[in-house]
Amino acid sequence: MSELIVDKPAAEQPTVAVMNQVPQSGPRAESPLHHADLPTIARKGPQQGGVYLEELKLLGHLVLRGSTDNQAFMAGAEKVLGVALPGSLQSAEKGELSVRWLAPDEWLVIVPGARAFDLERELRAAMSGHYAIVNVSGGQTVLSLSGPKARDVLMKTTPYDVHDRNFPVGKVVTSVFAKTQAVIRRTGEQSWELVIRRSFADYAWLWLQDASAEYGLVVRS
Amino acid sequence: MFYIYCPHCEEHREEEEFHASGEAHIARPLDPDNCTDEEWAQFLYFRSNPRGIHHELWVHAVGCRKFFNITRDTQTYEIKEIYKIGQQPTVTAE
Repeated sequence: MSELIVDKPAAEQPTVAVMNQVPQSGPRAESPLHHADLPTIARKGPQQGGVYLEELKLLGHLVLRGSTDNQAFMAGAEKVLGVALPGSLQSAEKGELSVRWLAPDEWLVIVPGARAFDLERELRAAMSGHYAIVNVSGGQTVLSLSGPKARDVLMKTTPYDVHDRNFPVGKVVTSVFAKTQAVIRRTGEQSWELVIRRSFADYAWLWLQDASAEYGLVVRS
Repeated sequence: MFYIYCPHCEEHREEEEFHASGEAHIARPLDPDNCTDEEWAQFLYFRSNPRGIHHELWVHAVGCRKFFNITRDTQTYEIKEIYKIGQQPTVTAE
């Protein structure tokens, strides 16, 4: 089972209980789209089409909150993450780690699943003052949407302007996604990345199948 | 629909992303335990309903989830001004 570790507080720091949410043994982690059996669709489904969809599953999601005026928070984050926390509507990447701006005092860090627990403890050790780190790995998942027709699918899905002049590579917005919402990031000329809520994952999957049917959907895994 | 400028995201967004949260600048009584019932009721229930300039609290519900103020004309729906929490409006009714 998961282990609960109470980190010994530094002098004036309050005690914080942190937990490794990745089971070391026992229960098996299942992604929000486990029931859709994407690996089988990827193997047996169409291999040619205008839209490619892949679930980047079981990653570690950390929400960082703190003021940009708090030097210890900003500097601590940059030291541990290796990149500075990006400014409004921007994202940053370093290796397998990526950071998205969500709000003026809120960022979403995504790392490989097994890394989240260590990263959270490193961040807590490097930061001080008024800040918060929450592991939300179990609450959301990442979808990679790419291909020559990926932008057409997004145009049907979100009211946000996804044209090149308004949505360059690296930009990230939280907007309406069909009848739910998503954190939409442009990762390349023809590739996008969606962070969606676990409870809406099935809806998003059904929506994407429907919206991309006319272009041909290729599932990858 | 129309676009609303979010002062936190610093760009115009679709109205669908926002939610109106009622009249702005409603000050909570500083000492709730010792204010009169009338003062408390005024704070909880009574709101102005002007014809013309109105200061409203809005939230960018789907985007950055931050609150801000809008000065709006209730007759024409025209947005006169957008300003952050803690600031005072420059456009006011005569």
